[in-house]
Amino acid sequence: MAEVEETLKRIQSQKGVQGIIIINSEGIPIKSTLDNSSTVQYAGLLHQLVMKTRSTVRDLDPQNDLTFLRVRSKKNEIMIAPDKDYFLIVIQNPSE
Amino acid sequence: MEIVYEYVKKRSEFGRPCNFSDRASDLHLDIQPDAELAACFFSLDSRDVGMQCAADMSENEVNTVRIESESRGINHTEGGWPNNVNPQEIEHTMRFRKKVEKDENYIKAILKLGIQMEHSIKQNNAIDIYQEYFGEGEEEEEEMADAKEQPAAKTINVFRDPNEVKRTASSLSWHPDGNHKLAVAYSSLEFQRASKSMNFDSYIWDIENRNWPDLTLKPVSPLVSLEYNPKDSHILLGGSYNGQIAYWDTRKGGQPVEMSAIEHSHRDPAYKVIWLQSKTGTDAFSTSTDGQVLWWDIRNMNEPTERLVLDPSKKENLDNALTAVCLEFETTMPTKFMVGTEQGLVISCNRKAKTPAEKIVCTYSSHQGPIYALQRNPFFPKYFLTVADWTARIWSEDIKESSIMSTTFDMTYLMDGCWSPVRPAVFFTAKKDGTVDVWDFLFKQNDPTLTVKVCDEALCSLRVQSNGRLLACGSHVGTATLLEISPGLYTLQRNEKALANEMFERETRREKILEGRLREMRLKERSRSEPGKEEEAQDLEGEESPEELIARAEKDFFQIVEAEMKKWKNETEKQKGKDVSEQKKC
Repeated sequence: MAEVEETLKRIQSQKGVQGIIIINSEGIPIKSTLDNSSTVQYAGLLHQLVMKTRSTVRDLDPQNDLTFLRVRSKKNEIMIAPDKDYFLIVIQNPSE
Repeated sequence: MEIVYEYVKKRSEFGRPCNFSDRASDLHLDIQPDAELAACFFSLDSRDVGMQCAADMSENEVNTVRIESESRGINHTEGGWPNNVNPQEIEHTMRFRKKVEKDENYIKAILKLGIQMEHSIKQNNAIDIYQEYFGEGEEEEEEMADAKEQPAAKTINVFRDPNEVKRTASSLSWHPDGNHKLAVAYSSLEFQRASKSMNFDSYIWDIENRNWPDLTLKPVSPLVSLEYNPKDSHILLGGSYNGQIAYWDTRKGGQPVEMSAIEHSHRDPAYKVIWLQSKTGTDAFSTSTDGQVLWWDIRNMNEPTERLVLDPSKKENLDNALTAVCLEFETTMPTKFMVGTEQGLVISCNRKAKTPAEKIVCTYSSHQGPIYALQRNPFFPKYFLTVADWTARIWSEDIKESSIMSTTFDMTYLMDGCWSPVRPAVFFTAKKDGTVDVWDFLFKQNDPTLTVKVCDEALCSLRVQSNGRLLACGSHVGTATLLEISPGLYTLQRNEKALANEMFERETRREKILEGRLREMRLKERSRSEPGKEEEAQDLEGEESPEELIARAEKDFFQIVEAEMKKWKNETEKQKGKDVSEQKKC
């Protein structure tokens, strides 16, 4: 439990990190550093995106699987690390 | 009738090896022709039957039904919570979350993912992995690519008239800000061709949605021209087929807010309405083929604020008036405006003149047919474009005799045209055979830089969006097509303004010089016939009536013919003489 907290704190302290969200496989946000409405929005949208991406990768090659997903936009970058049951989402503003 | 033949084989002979031998054929059954049946048929002696040793094929056309698509968004509210947890109750959700956090799997997963994530984050912080190296080189390449690129136009969208009876898209107007809406006026411009079931509506289309119009305007009579108010993008002014002017407010729906009183409106379709520059933003003026130009203030549509009759003899006589088809007004020159007439004249007028007689300043004549489009160059207002008959001409305000530049005579009638708002030497024309020509006068003057065939019917109206990239054209059957032109035609090149200015000035000078020469020649002629001037005066006094003119023409003609005949006779005699002399020689 403490290690989880430590990990999250370490990530949060990195430069440019705007927020962290952990969601489970159903799309329910477990932990978040953002406010509730943003969390819910990110959770809902990104959950669908990861599902779609994962199924795409698996469809193209059944042996393959999704390891990491980065969505870079004009204002920031959303990084999603998927696991079997949980997703770790970090929103970072890459230093320009 | 059943025909049966029995083959018999003994059971004991089954399975025996076969021994084949020849024998004569045996007739088992002979069916004779039945004469009665023959009476039911008659013979066709010769038949023409095609025989082919190939498979039978048939040709079919298939076209998919046009799908109507609509854009909708989905909103994800909270979800995914298991049955026993009520998402509204904070306690439940907190309890659920705490439970998950204690789960072993959770801890392991997060630790693993955390390592991955940290790596990526540090990567991002260390270097911008999407940074463009070789940025400058790319820019140069892009420029080169543009220069070599062929000018092209692509159809983006087509808006069809949703009614059964198709009407002409007679006028188009782009929304002043944002350019995402297009107002199209539909009417039937052919004389008395409008059927009873024709719909009077005009539509405002959103350029993304081509399945149904954004707003329907319902006038009393079909609209011939339609313009957005450049100051207030909710107000539109329309000139209708019966001569009335009406204005709409898009916030108030499809019915006109107010219409002009019919006694004071035009007596012919109001072919063009333009908004004027004023403090209140409510002034407009309109013109029609009844020979009048009327000024309106839309707050009071009962009668026009001012009226001008386009009578070249300056006597305000409606019968003599020239019939106008288009108007031009430039906000940088608010006191002047121009009218294009059906007779092929362009009249330049001064708004601030005291007496109506002084309103008409000068006329430019060179076209053979009605002037369908008239527009000043947005960069150099001294030069203006007229589109009429088979040519498009560029004029300079100072030179009244002729245009300074002109396109070559085209095979089809030109119906509409306009300058590009971003490039000073580029303009577009729409033709009766359904093509749009893009002319770049700095590049090539003999031919259009680009010709695009938009549709099979005649194109009746053309309008460029203010960013110069999109072009909307309306056709005879009411189809409005949106074209996007290639970047080469809407990006301003480096020296273009200066070059265009030079070109126009050069042509103006040339015309002036030509004019000067013409005048000189005329003066010389006049001075030559100076001694005979008195006789001339006498002759002129007895100004010939048409019959006398005809008689004189006949006399001249016969004189010429007789002179030719005499010459011919003399020649043949000479020839004969030569032959005789030759014979004699021999």
